[in-house]
Amino acid sequence: MKEFETVIGLEVHLQFKTETKIFCGCANRFGDEPNTLTCPVCLGLPGSLPVLNRKVLRYAIRVALALNAQINPVVKFDRKNYYYPDLPKGYQISQYDLPIAHDGSIVVSTAGQEKKIGIKRAHLEEDAGKLIHDGANNCSLVDYNRTGTPLMEIVSEPDLRTPQEAYDYLTALKLTLQYLDVSDCDMEKGSLRCDANVSVRQKGAKEFGVKAEIKNLNSFKAVKSALEFEENRHRAMILAGEKIVQETRLWNDEKAATFPMRSKEEAHDYRYFPEPDLVPFSLAPNAVEEVRRDMPEMPHAKLERLLKRYSLVEYDAHILIQDPHIADFFERCAESYKDWKKICNWIIGPVQQEMNSRKCGIGELKLPPQNLIGLIEKVEQGVVSNLVGKDVLIMMLDTGKDAQTIIAEKGLAQVSDTGALEKIVEAILNENQKVVAQIKEGKDSAMGFLVGQAMKKTQGKANPKLLGDIIKRRITDG
Amino acid sequence: MLSKEEVRYIASLSRIDLKDQEIEVFQKTLTAILDYIEKLKKLDVSGIAPTSHVLPLQDVFREDRTRPSLTKVEALRIAPAQAKGSFKVPQVIE
Ligand SMILES: [Zn+2]
Repeated sequence: MKEFETVIGLEVHLQFKTETKIFCGCANRFGDEPNTLTCPVCLGLPGSLPVLNRKVLRYAIRVALALNAQINPVVKFDRKNYYYPDLPKGYQISQYDLPIAHDGSIVVSTAGQEKKIGIKRAHLEEDAGKLIHDGANNCSLVDYNRTGTPLMEIVSEPDLRTPQEAYDYLTALKLTLQYLDVSDCDMEKGSLRCDANVSVRQKGAKEFGVKAEIKNLNSFKAVKSALEFEENRHRAMILAGEKIVQETRLWNDEKAATFPMRSKEEAHDYRYFPEPDLVPFSLAPNAVEEVRRDMPEMPHAKLERLLKRYSLVEYDAHILIQDPHIADFFERCAESYKDWKKICNWIIGPVQQEMNSRKCGIGELKLPPQNLIGLIEKVEQGVVSNLVGKDVLIMMLDTGKDAQTIIAEKGLAQVSDTGALEKIVEAILNENQKVVAQIKEGKDSAMGFLVGQAMKKTQGKANPKLLGDIIKRRITDG
Repeated sequence: MLSKEEVRYIASLSRIDLKDQEIEVFQKTLTAILDYIEKLKKLDVSGIAPTSHVLPLQDVFREDRTRPSLTKVEALRIAPAQAKGSFKVPQVIE
């Protein structure tokens, strides 16, 4: 029985969220009317010249630093030549032999362990336009709004060994990139895209197997499913003694399978040469240091710090760091309220539930940290129950008002006025003398019934604990 | 000398349609260029820094500020054909 080993490398394309495109002043925006964000530069008209957006290079250095990569002291751009209707110039400005960064790494938690995955290189390039195939009219339609969107391509070493590991790598990489705040990292909008290279060899073999490149992967789940499919296809072919050909294949989500892409073999003869329209760029150590100074705390460091500073359990801290804005929100709450576990429970419970149902981030919820603390205090003081507290949260988010205002306006405060509760209890005891007798005989379970009756009389606003105490005292004393 | 097939391949990469006589011309001229490159390769360049650009300039940037784009009508004016506010091209099958 042969034992197989799968070898996977991933290429991730990341769109930067700059104001403008990489080489021209057109707005870098998604979702506008087709062909309303173009100019002579991004349409590749003769006589126009590209000029590099300063922020793009800065963002690229941030990514390189976060990936612990070597940064080339001088970088240049190159032309990658090919013909496709989404590429108006007939070449893409990219980087060939002097990329921004090389030889980096990222720590990935996978299968309960931490594994370091190598980053082979990371370079800048421009995005192409968007093609819409109109089969009915036998033509394709091109929207050049996306042309010239700044892209960074991040190529991993072939260090990944299972589809799950590939998935975990993408998760870790995406989190790191989100922390850098350089991209939306939204696969649905195409601001994060992934191609996969996969081959299968016998375990222990030195040479790699023949690889397939898989494209059209629209989600991390699709990456994993496509890799599982390819792994099985390669194994079956090897076992059957068939020859695997190197090819590009497209993942089809509906059919849950990959299919060879029909394309000409010359497509890979890109004839790179230095871009004469752009001068070289220096990434001198002092310029890199300047970017390093405003690097945010990276996920792994934040996790360690939260664990130590707030004595959180690992599970809770892990959830908090999945979104740097949520972790920040937690820390701002923690400045003014000392029960950190309680804050954490509210955030990863009801608050996140509301973020999910409202499909928005913590920043878009109408919830300043002091409002959440205000609510937690009301619950802890027994002004409202935990359950009512969750309703109050929803009303706070709907209106932007604070907990105190909502509780007052809606009359939600629990009745904790002992005098008022004494009267209610007296009435209940008189109405339920049989039950009182049962309790006196030792049937404690009937207590709940009396509490329930009293709660009904107050429309659920009585403090149930206080109510229970009064009833117990009245029965024992009387 | 470059073969006819090589010239045809290079021409097809650049979407240039060459007639048979033209292929023969380019066999000769392209080969002359390649021979010259071979000569250059023999030069001792160990004391010369690699150069990717003829101008002694580097680090030319623009700030990340938007400038007006062309209108859709202006952009599409150069389209050989258009439909639904887009550039219309022969169908690309994939
Ligand atoms: Zn433009």
